Amino acid sequence: MNAPLPLQALAGSALAEPVLAVAGLCKAFSGRPVLQGLDFALAPGQATALIGANGSGKSTLLRCLVRLIEPSAGAVRLLGRDMRALSPRALRQVRAEVGIVWQRHNLVPRLSALSNVVHGVQARMSGPRAWAQSLAPGLVRDEAMACLARVGLADRALVRVDSLSGGQQQRVAIARMLMQRPAFILADEPDASLDPQTGEEVMSLLLGLVREEGLSLLVISHRLEHTLRYSDRILGLANGRITLDQPTARANAASLRQFFDHAEAA
Amino acid sequence: MTTLAPSRFQHRSLLEYAALLAVLALVATSLAATAPAPDRLGSGIARLFAPSGLFTQMIPPDFTRIEPIAWKLLETLQMAVAGCFLGLILALPFAILATDRLSPHPLVRHAARAVIALFRTVPDLVWAIIFIIIVGLGPAAGVMAIMVDKIGFAGRFFAEAMEETDPGPQDALRAIGASRLGIIGSAVIPACLPSFTATSLFALEKSVRGSAALGLVGAGGIGVDLKVAFDLFNYDEALAIILMMLVLVIAVEQGSGWIRRKLI
Repeated sequence: MNAPLPLQALAGSALAEPVLAVAGLCKAFSGRPVLQGLDFALAPGQATALIGANGSGKSTLLRCLVRLIEPSAGAVRLLGRDMRALSPRALRQVRAEVGIVWQRHNLVPRLSALSNVVHGVQARMSGPRAWAQSLAPGLVRDEAMACLARVGLADRALVRVDSLSGGQQQRVAIARMLMQRPAFILADEPDASLDPQTGEEVMSLLLGLVREEGLSLLVISHRLEHTLRYSDRILGLANGRITLDQPTARANAASLRQFFDHAEAA
Repeated sequence: MTTLAPSRFQHRSLLEYAALLAVLALVATSLAATAPAPDRLGSGIARLFAPSGLFTQMIPPDFTRIEPIAWKLLETLQMAVAGCFLGLILALPFAILATDRLSPHPLVRHAARAVIALFRTVPDLVWAIIFIIIVGLGPAAGVMAIMVDKIGFAGRFFAEAMEETDPGPQDALRAIGASRLGIIGSAVIPACLPSFTATSLFALEKSVRGSAALGLVGAGGIGVDLKVAFDLFNYDEALAIILMMLVLVIAVEQGSGWIRRKLI
């Protein structure tokens, strides 16, 4: 747990302090190593795609970054804070600044889209006023509506999320994440359960947040085409190690295919 | 080429046959030790319908005291509603503390489960006697007894409902940095609302049925009148009380069934 943290992002601006710096990160489950000493750093304002075959440790890595899973060894510095040294309260504060888009949208099914988006305010506000749109203060409701409008669903605000399509549900989840006002976005295969066109829309929306609002994005990608189209940098994970790290502009489809279980034509 | 059908029954181990035999032996010995002999049962039922038998004296029912009985029935319903309401409100925190994912500590979880089990195991008539000692004869003791009984009943079902909810939305809110209370209020309770509603309505039905019996030990409600009618051999009035209780219970069951269908 005493590995030195990189001071600079390896790709992107050499001067900017990285939003994320990982050093010697290891994770083992019941003695079986999943992550074996990862070292990388991400520059702010970039979209980074994390690729790797099933079981390569992508999702474990994502969860270790915010300590939803505790790493076995190594260091993570996220948004300028050493994640190892945080009290439970401080950990909650860091998590509040990290928006996570899950493979499954993880919305509360019986509630409206607007109530689910209002939940995002729990990153900075507690109490019953953050539990549902009907209890939320006017300013919070307005901001939640703006987030829904940002993902194109303002007209579906009071519709129960379990009656929305898969793509619409994922967009509500992104609106909830925006409600957090995050500085850094982690996305775990956000397009996995979506049809190709809706997947494109969701990926385009995430990249838009990077380009237009300067957010940083680390996205686990399982589609070669999306990896090439919606990222600035690619990290390839194989057998628990980073075996590829290059700008997307220099990547070629043939060399990336080994990181996908069912490679598609790019 | 013909395809052979699989074996009609699964192969069982010797241990499974032994367990089945033990269950059958338990049922057989229980019936032999406690069930009534058929001839005694037959003669007993015949006695009920004899000219001086209980049923013969009950019919026709005597509704001359319908007004005071109706007021007592209202008191019975009020006891059930008040006790049930208090019990359901208090069952929720007990259930949260008894749920694996939401309890702050395993010791707290075990303690909450033990309290719920205790409340459920002790019969409501025993609770009524305890509360008569505490608050005296009357409906207040009945309300307290129903409340405790409902904490045990609803606490268990609320906890089970919360255990069975999809953990995904809770994990997502935890990842945002939401507090434990925030996760409960915004993800757990909304997801469990249909189950909570069904449990609450069953609890109300159970309370109405139970509150009628609580009067037998002096904890208020129609049970007192029923006991007095039997003690004074006014079996026709007792039948009138039983029929009015039946109407109340059926009305509550139908009403709660209708609400369940509408809400869930």
